[in-house]
Amino acid sequence: MTTLRLGEFHEFSGGGQDYLYLVPSGAIFALDELSSAVIQTLRAGERERLDLVADLTTQGFNYVEAEETVAELYQSRALTNGHGYADEVQPAPMPFPLQTLVLNVTNQCNLSCKYCYEFGEDRLAMPEGKTKFMDEATAFAAVDFLLAQSPGRRAVHLTFFGGETLMNFKVVRATIDYARQQAHAAGKYIDFSLTTNATLLTEPVIEYLAEQHVGVTISIDGPQEMNDQLRVFSNGQGSYEMIAPKIKALLAKHRTRPIAARVTLTSQVVDVKKIYRHLKDELGFHEVGFAPVTTSPVRLYAIGTNGLNSILEQFTALAEEYLECALRNEHHGFSNVSDTLAELHAGISKAHPCGAGLGLLGVSPSGDIAPCHRFVDADAHKLGTIQTGIDRAQQADFLERGHINRKPECLTCWARPVCSGGCYHEAFVRYGDTGQANLHYCDWIRGWTDVCLRVYGELATRNPQFLAHFDERKTL
Amino acid sequence: MKHIRAINRKAVRIEEYVAAEFGDIVALQQGGPPAPTRPHYPMGCSLVFSPGWEVDSTGGTAGLCQPVERDLYDCYISCFWPAQVPDHLNNYPDWTSKCASATKDWRNIDLVFP
Repeated sequence: MTTLRLGEFHEFSGGGQDYLYLVPSGAIFALDELSSAVIQTLRAGERERLDLVADLTTQGFNYVEAEETVAELYQSRALTNGHGYADEVQPAPMPFPLQTLVLNVTNQCNLSCKYCYEFGEDRLAMPEGKTKFMDEATAFAAVDFLLAQSPGRRAVHLTFFGGETLMNFKVVRATIDYARQQAHAAGKYIDFSLTTNATLLTEPVIEYLAEQHVGVTISIDGPQEMNDQLRVFSNGQGSYEMIAPKIKALLAKHRTRPIAARVTLTSQVVDVKKIYRHLKDELGFHEVGFAPVTTSPVRLYAIGTNGLNSILEQFTALAEEYLECALRNEHHGFSNVSDTLAELHAGISKAHPCGAGLGLLGVSPSGDIAPCHRFVDADAHKLGTIQTGIDRAQQADFLERGHINRKPECLTCWARPVCSGGCYHEAFVRYGDTGQANLHYCDWIRGWTDVCLRVYGELATRNPQFLAHFDERKTL
Repeated sequence: MKHIRAINRKAVRIEEYVAAEFGDIVALQQGGPPAPTRPHYPMGCSLVFSPGWEVDSTGGTAGLCQPVERDLYDCYISCFWPAQVPDHLNNYPDWTSKCASATKDWRNIDLVFP
């Protein structure tokens, strides 16, 4: 006799159809009347298999079909007869091939944004006495390192970051030329992107970025009154007036890659819809992504629980707008939705919250390797150097601590396939441990994942072709 | 699966895995995976007997409605089984051309030497 009970899943509906989001596989299945009835029946508690099927026949279902349905739900692990907890997740195969290298070409910046994790009150970096600008030799060595450490990948990605990236534009240019040659020789495809505060965008820079198909992300926090709250020069003056015309010029001339705006939400800057309207409609960004500021909770600009709830409400309203557009097969630029939909569509189930230390590494101006750009120049998190290679012991330690198996709080959460405990950097700033789950935003993550699942469900019911947009794999 | 429908890519992979792991394996069947029908009657010479070609109702061969020599043809034409007899489809289409009536002409069916 087999005793069956409900497995781990999150139920949601969209367009009048009921769905299951299975945990930890991340699979999404649509239910019919019979499979819904099985779930409903088991809600009262576990049952013997034969007893369950007999119950379903008294509810008016055909015996053979009821048996078949129970088997299907069991085989996909929506039902279980085990202990109720998922099998241990396997460790990632090592050494893991690199996919992305983030070069912090400088740790210097011409702005003094008050929340900056590199210079602000919560900084981890210790740049004192170290190289401020990456030189060509280090950047070229990093390119060689990326190509050598990415066996089996056809495409790799190089991102330039700062500080303010364009303060070292000369090296960015030389590195792109060098990387193209070396990638060609190695038979790999390479592409480039950078993040900038837009203050140093000039005609020739814009022309170069467009011509070289460099993806550009602009850090900007919305219209002037919001952006200038915290994104300021060292004398306190806001940056909006200087960057707005440069951004317009960039958007007018750089048409080879979509240009994204990246907004940091703080207690002072929380009007998501207004920010989106301004950046998308008035400035003309292709897409806009939002993230709450990473900070210890005591800072004035930190977002409290109420703030997070309000952000979730506003995100939900903007996600509705995204859905309306998607139902009409139109593009909507709210990238928080499209990024999450892409993950849900693939059905990813993360053992680690992100690729940091795995397929992605950050490189400091002096060539030190960090798990990602946010840990660059933070000596406690150093994972080797470009010259001497990855410190495998440090890397293994970092990854082991960040693995989902080591986060007991996550093991009963249905959102763990997409979250896996959240950002390592955020965890370190909040809790002093990269391996700690970010418990301060659990409700937020579950709320947001549920919103995106409902959008996904509506689309799967009402306009399934739209989801084919997400079929393309991001990595090669 | 009939009662839950795979929506995202992971669900499709699970569905494929389940079909491979728990589905019926049906020999000598052409075309795509079989439509889920129930009960399932497997086809092929091992389970479906041409009436009377092995033994008759008494366990002997005297009262067969088909001659025992019919056996030769059964693998050759209706259910090709390459290890047993020459293959009629590609290599030995004429193997039985001199054998108009199995009971009388079976001696004309010769060995083949591939």
